[in-house]
Amino acid sequence: MAIGILRLHNLFAVVMLSGIYSLISAGLFVTMDAVDVAFTEAAVGGGISTVLMLGTLALTTDREKTPLANLQIVPLFVVCITGAALIYGTLDMPSYGDPQAPIHQHVADRYIAEAPSATSVPNIVTAVLASYRGYDTMGELTVIFTAGIGVMLLLGAGTRRRKD
Amino acid sequence: MRRHLVLRVITKLLMPFILLFALYVQFHGDFGPGGGFQAGVIFGAGFILYALVYGVGNARRVAPDSVIRVFIAAGLLLYVGVGFAGLILGGKFLDYNVLAHDPVHGQHLGILLVEFGVGTTVAATMITIFFTFAGRGRDGS
Repeated sequence: MAIGILRLHNLFAVVMLSGIYSLISAGLFVTMDAVDVAFTEAAVGGGISTVLMLGTLALTTDREKTPLANLQIVPLFVVCITGAALIYGTLDMPSYGDPQAPIHQHVADRYIAEAPSATSVPNIVTAVLASYRGYDTMGELTVIFTAGIGVMLLLGAGTRRRKD
Repeated sequence: MRRHLVLRVITKLLMPFILLFALYVQFHGDFGPGGGFQAGVIFGAGFILYALVYGVGNARRVAPDSVIRVFIAAGLLLYVGVGFAGLILGGKFLDYNVLAHDPVHGQHLGILLVEFGVGTTVAATMITIFFTFAGRGRDGS
């Protein structure tokens, strides 16, 4: 599918393919028991961003400009090296669901043990997000706030000036 | 979109359920999957669907820019306000234990309020971003 996205020049089809990709990853997250993440991926990746990309296409064009014909050696080299390094990095990763993985040795046990009783919130994901990681969530909310303000300033102000 | 009768009728039928489901995800996030972020996105998606089918102009009449802008800031202010409420009541910043008489109830209340702040800002931001994107082509060239 990624190769298909790369090869296609019709941007409408590219947007649709990436939306389908998001939906498939949401299904993947469900099979990995990460329901909250799957929910977000389906709503944001499959829904909102597809609509926003289509809106952008409506503003610009749905055909890609013809790319450079000759093969670019240096970018290809950089991409290959980075990809190889990333794959090499995954070799060290603990297998999925391994209880001895480093991530389960730190604070996860404490969260699972005490989050339901300390917060009376049965969904541990919500408890960790809103309470234990309250600062992080506040930062994320600030990012979204800033994004909204930025879009308003960049796109909204331009149209108003044109009307005057 | 004057002629798409099926789309218009189905949108009208689905709208209340989408918004209701968003509220369910918002306030049931403590017990099931979901939370403020997902609920905000679903709530925003409901408005975006309306705008897609009935036009941005009509959707803007339902959700005027001035109101949406207030909501963007209000959600973040609610979140930070809960943080400072903990500070004023004698705890640390974003410390929910002091919000109620019982630390567990305080935690629950804090999480609920904070998630509601997240949902408000996310929904309003999504709606604003879509309206500015979709409204631009019409006003401009």
